[in-house]
Amino acid sequence: MNRKNNKYFPIFVLPTLLAFSIAFVIPFLLGIGLSFTEFTTVTNAKWTGLRNYSSIFANKDFLNALLFTVKFVLVSVITVNIFAFFMALMLTRKIKGTNLFRTVFFMPNLIGGIVLGYIWQLILNGILYHYGVTLTFSPVYGFWGLVILMNWQMIGYMMVIYIAGIQNIPSDVMEAAKIDGASPFQILRKITLPLVAPSFTICLFLTMSNSFKLFDQNLALTAGAPSRKTAMLALDIYNTFYAGNGTAGVGQAKAVIFFIIVAAIAFIQLRVTRGREGTTE
Amino acid sequence: MKKSRIMALLVTLILIISGLSGCGNQADTGNTDSAQTTNGATAETDSTATGNTDTAKVDEIYFLNFKPEIAEVYDAIAADYEAETGIKVKVVTAASGTYEQTLRSEIAKSDPPTIFQINGPVGYENWKDYTADLSGTGLYDILSDKSLAVKSGDGVYGVPYAVEGYGIIYNNAILEKYFALSDKATSYTSVSEINSFAALKAVVEDMTAHKDALGIEGAFASTSMSSGEQWRWQTHLANLPLYYEFKDNTSYDSTVLAGLAASEIAFTYADNYKNIFDLYTDNSCTQKGLLGSKTVNDSMAEFALGQVAFVQNGNWAWSQISSVEGNTVNESDIKFMPIYTGVAGEETQGLCIGTENYFSINSQVSAEKQQASIDFLVWLFSSETGKGYVASQLGFIAPFTTFSEDEKPSDPLAKEVLAWMEKDGITSVAWTFAAFPSEQFKNDFGDALLEYVQGSQNWDYVVTTVKDSWKTERANASAE
Repeated sequence: MNRKNNKYFPIFVLPTLLAFSIAFVIPFLLGIGLSFTEFTTVTNAKWTGLRNYSSIFANKDFLNALLFTVKFVLVSVITVNIFAFFMALMLTRKIKGTNLFRTVFFMPNLIGGIVLGYIWQLILNGILYHYGVTLTFSPVYGFWGLVILMNWQMIGYMMVIYIAGIQNIPSDVMEAAKIDGASPFQILRKITLPLVAPSFTICLFLTMSNSFKLFDQNLALTAGAPSRKTAMLALDIYNTFYAGNGTAGVGQAKAVIFFIIVAAIAFIQLRVTRGREGTTE
Repeated sequence: MKKSRIMALLVTLILIISGLSGCGNQADTGNTDSAQTTNGATAETDSTATGNTDTAKVDEIYFLNFKPEIAEVYDAIAADYEAETGIKVKVVTAASGTYEQTLRSEIAKSDPPTIFQINGPVGYENWKDYTADLSGTGLYDILSDKSLAVKSGDGVYGVPYAVEGYGIIYNNAILEKYFALSDKATSYTSVSEINSFAALKAVVEDMTAHKDALGIEGAFASTSMSSGEQWRWQTHLANLPLYYEFKDNTSYDSTVLAGLAASEIAFTYADNYKNIFDLYTDNSCTQKGLLGSKTVNDSMAEFALGQVAFVQNGNWAWSQISSVEGNTVNESDIKFMPIYTGVAGEETQGLCIGTENYFSINSQVSAEKQQASIDFLVWLFSSETGKGYVASQLGFIAPFTTFSEDEKPSDPLAKEVLAWMEKDGITSVAWTFAAFPSEQFKNDFGDALLEYVQGSQNWDYVVTTVKDSWKTERANASAE
């Protein structure tokens, strides 16, 4: 059995491995390499050592973007998950038209980020118009605009995952609790919440990494205005990359740092939520 | 059981769809893909013998076009050139605003562009590993004003192909209407009397006071401050104060050279900039708080629909104005006036005339291909067919000696530019913004202006930002 597996191993794995290397591993390593160089095109890179990394902090853009991103991630992770969970609760109550509502709430997720960004820019500017200002008036508007947009887009998706989780709760547990006289709140707190913990893991992970990597929506909604105060990390990296002479390497270095941050957060978060699932099971 | 399976299916489907829509966002790769297919197709076409021995082996050259609005004209030109010489010209057009990105990825390929464009001395710094020396070539020989070329040492690395001018475009019909008003507060009776900032300000403010009588919504079109739409202020208008500042520095031949050498600026003429910028925004058809969402297209549409009398833009704007649906501006009513900012002696100031479109030849392709590329450009600007295209369809004011008087472009703004260039005693303002340290500097300037116009910062903030940004960006650029 084992020997057979070994024999066929290359045949089955090789195509995927090749595709994975070409599309992911090689560009990734190349990208890390380029972050130590100065380049105009990828073929004429010149080694500059750590200079790119030191010039990241030459101005405050990167730190501002990092701070803005962290704030945004905190707010949007909390709001998206709360709304999505309660929406899922409501839509598992066998109300009439449940399927219609699920579809409707899910639809925003099918629209591309750039389109969404422009649509919301029009909507929000249309509202702010009455007050004689626009989204770019203050970074606060841009921030909440992004939060609203993110919620609108992500809630439906997360809701579907929560619905799947809630529907998988065995009905005998629920019935037993009801017979024992548990209040709806107790059922929610002691049965539903612990039993959908795996869904929470997935949803927290997805909202967090999606919010952290947000780019299209940011570009289309505010493009960082005013004065790059609403630029998130991904947009800042993009702006740096195309800013002018010799900044491509700096942008690349920022991207490497960005990767490390995202990877670290995702890793820690996965560990923490996995641990919690373990205790409740 | 069945339900959860459907759910699982749904979730998978969703994942796939969202994955796909994620990929769809990288729109500008579409260009290069189509480029490759044309490339594949042309590789098989046999080239007939060409007259030139040097380029006999070349069957294809590759031109990366900067201007999407005239992409179709280039395709027609390429077809004509191939019919005439047998050399295939592959024309790829970068989507608006993505030229640097496209060039970066295209030039790294095995079949890179042979002709590309740089935006002046600053762009040359970025691409100097790829620009061939053009001194002594036919293309440089026919350039009418050799000082316009991008040079470094003895070499010539960029040849300008289109001279452009900008200023304040006005709708003469509305101004005539104003001059005919019985209760106007100024004594001016014709546009030619407006030759200073003081005169302009008086007229504009009085026009705003009479806007109902004139049937306009404001004197000036919206000062477009939307991101990516600020270039008329952060680049074009910013040119004026810095032109005067560098002109005061007499140790250099041109303001561009003085600007390139300046590691810091004093922004001496900041108040002049404020003069005109305030005039634009105070007498605009749009409230200040809303300018952050306005685009250049909005401004041009306002002008074309006759809602405003003035808009600052260049001669390239004519096609935009004339193509607006419901355009009420007559071709004969559209005129230029210089941008007056209140500098002493500005009565003799002309339009801002210059170029930021330079052709460069890729030095990393074979010598035959370089020669073939130069031949194509020379053909474009000196043969009858080529010149016909340039004058009538490309709409360039081409700075080459091969063009005779009746081959000049026919659109009203280009004619105005030529007229202003030929006026006696009028000095055109050079495009000093070619010396601006980086795109970042311009964006910093624009961002500061947005905050100023929205009232969240004062004018001092703009002045400090501009000075600081120039200093840091120049230091960054020279550290390379």
